[in-house]
Amino acid sequence: MNAPVALSARLARGTEAGQTRAAPVAAGGLDLLEALRSALGALAANKLRAVLTGLGIFIGVAAVIATVSVGAGARQQVLGQIQSLGANLLVIWPGSVNQAGVRLGAGQRPNLTWDDAQALLEVPGIVAVSGNIRGQNQVVAGNANWSTSVQGSDPDLFAVQDWALEDGRFFTAEEARGARKVVVLGATVAEALFGDEGAVGQEIRVRSTPFEVIGVLARKGQNPMGQDQDDVAVIPFWTARRSVMGANRVWARGVNWISLKVEDGADMAEAAEEVRSLMRQRHRLAANEPDDFNLRNMSDVAATFDASAKTLSMLLASAAAVSLLVGGIGVMNIMLVSVTERTREIGLRLAIGARRRDILAQFLIEAVVLALLGGAVGVAAGIGLSHALGRVAGWPVLIQMDAVALAVGVSALTGLFFGFWPARRAARLDPIAALRHD
Amino acid sequence: MLLIETQGLTKHYAAGEGTVAALSGVSLAVSPGEFVAAMGPSGSGKSTFLNLIGCLDRPTRGEYRLVGEDVSRLPPDRLAGIRNRRLGFVFQSFNLLPRADALANVELPLVYGSVGRRERRERAAAMLALVGLGERMHHRPSQLSGGQQQRVAIARALVNEPDLILADEPTGALDSRTGLEIMALLQGMNREGVAVLMVTHDAEIARFASRCLRFHDGRLVADEAQAPAAASAELAALDDGGARAA
Ligand SMILES: Nc1ncnc2c1ncn2[C@@H]1O[C@H](COP(=O)(O)OP(=O)(O)O)[C@@H](O)[C@H]1O
Ligand SMILES: [Mg+2]
Repeated sequence: MNAPVALSARLARGTEAGQTRAAPVAAGGLDLLEALRSALGALAANKLRAVLTGLGIFIGVAAVIATVSVGAGARQQVLGQIQSLGANLLVIWPGSVNQAGVRLGAGQRPNLTWDDAQALLEVPGIVAVSGNIRGQNQVVAGNANWSTSVQGSDPDLFAVQDWALEDGRFFTAEEARGARKVVVLGATVAEALFGDEGAVGQEIRVRSTPFEVIGVLARKGQNPMGQDQDDVAVIPFWTARRSVMGANRVWARGVNWISLKVEDGADMAEAAEEVRSLMRQRHRLAANEPDDFNLRNMSDVAATFDASAKTLSMLLASAAAVSLLVGGIGVMNIMLVSVTERTREIGLRLAIGARRRDILAQFLIEAVVLALLGGAVGVAAGIGLSHALGRVAGWPVLIQMDAVALAVGVSALTGLFFGFWPARRAARLDPIAALRHD
Repeated sequence: MLLIETQGLTKHYAAGEGTVAALSGVSLAVSPGEFVAAMGPSGSGKSTFLNLIGCLDRPTRGEYRLVGEDVSRLPPDRLAGIRNRRLGFVFQSFNLLPRADALANVELPLVYGSVGRRERRERAAAMLALVGLGERMHHRPSQLSGGQQQRVAIARALVNEPDLILADEPTGALDSRTGLEIMALLQGMNREGVAVLMVTHDAEIARFASRCLRFHDGRLVADEAQAPAAASAELAALDDGGARAA
């Protein structure tokens, strides 16, 4: 046997027990690197369990990031579309009409007139007004033809809708009054008819009537209903009435809708109220009669949409947060199991000099590492999922870095929070009882 | 200065309605470098005594000085520091960390003693070489025999250069020959100046101590010095006999 012989070589403790050795510096405890290594080792010893537990956190984090990012992207897109309709925009549509006590549905009979539109210019705070009619028509240029919305409007339309020009010019008040056969094309129509060639100065035909193209509008994209706002050909209102829409003897001065621009900085709600009151007056509505028109404040629409979109994404995010919570409970569960399984190990560590806070730190670090690993993979998956969802739904995706940071922070906190109780249980074990545990 | 000095050391445990006196009024003194065996029937208070001396527990009454310092009323974390610096533990069931190799197991007390990584490695490796396991530093406990595991445990108990090794039935889980090897190792270390307090119910094993305490019903009933048998000599004789028989 070799051991006792070898002993004298080492153990050269010159000091006797009685002579107190210089006590080591009050133990600073586990260094972090060692603690991390030990935590990873403990997790690696039970890989399947660690993976399954991390999965709970992973799903929660991925869901939070995906819902928040996709929600933010979708919201921004729709808000942008609403904005693209025009800032400070009021719109009036025909409402339901009472005729001899029979209530007719909205739009059953056009009851808005071009004269209504003109009158509304008098309302203080209203800076631009356009009465509009619109019909689907075939437009032809040479061999090319295209079916589009031909829209008759007042020259103010471009101001009302904040519509810029790509090329050429808008029609003038002069041209409008004279019912001249000039047209301003939406970008989609210009491209369909003329491709890359300049459209301005060319001739197109609508119902065999020739029009001179005087301008091409800058692209606006889709409206909130998903329609292409650039698929339009705008001509003066009275030109449309006379040459395109056909004579409507009953309602020769009727419009489909009226759009108005409120002065920048003016109170939208106040302006809308003034408009409503003038319209009621013009339509001779008695005080007890309902409006026979619909007045929409587009900034209200945007605000309403924004609020409901926010609510929806909050709901989704809290559903995702609940799954994070469930993941956290999974962490707690597994840590409790781990503490029980390793009771003897804890007893041993205590016996050889671990302080309670060393044991506490050991299990806390293990729980946090577990949660963070799940969280990190969850962040990657959440970002991937956001992009996949965005592609499928055709939405832009706005990865919210604060949501990512939050998710990572929350998963670390989840580990801390749900790891604390098991860790405290471990730290409070009585070394003797723990050593005797089987 | 004395290594251990107790005055009326008493430990009561709550049991059902009343209390059990696991240890009653034990007073004794142990000098540095002694090899003390604690004997007695099951339930006589040996382990309770060892746990108190090992600062794993605090007495209900009485005083305990370890190397002159009164440790009987210290809070748990102070006791942890004392266990780390002054004491080493050897258990009947080894209590090695199953996932760690021999080296990491021996390093563990140094981790809690805030010793740097390199120094830890060196000291643990030297200690493993000392107990004859220099070749098996990277074996896990499951890859080692019972006797080898207990050697790792002894190396772990020694690595902090303690004043006292506490061993509760260190040979209890081993066959008699391996037990003899472990006793030879403990005796060798004791010769180097480390005091040993060993609990055993086995008179064969108690022979290797230089002093024998006997407990009964929680009382210290006998405390005798004795001429210790030499474990390494018995081991050599055993090997000789085996060789002749073969
Ligand atoms: N944690 C405890 N709770 C209650 N009673 C205990 C506890 N530990 C030991 N005892 C009792 O104290 C007495 C002494 O036990 P112990 O010191 O383990 O004896 P030994 O090691 O000599 O077999 C026994 O009667 C035992 O039942
Ligand atoms: Mg016992």
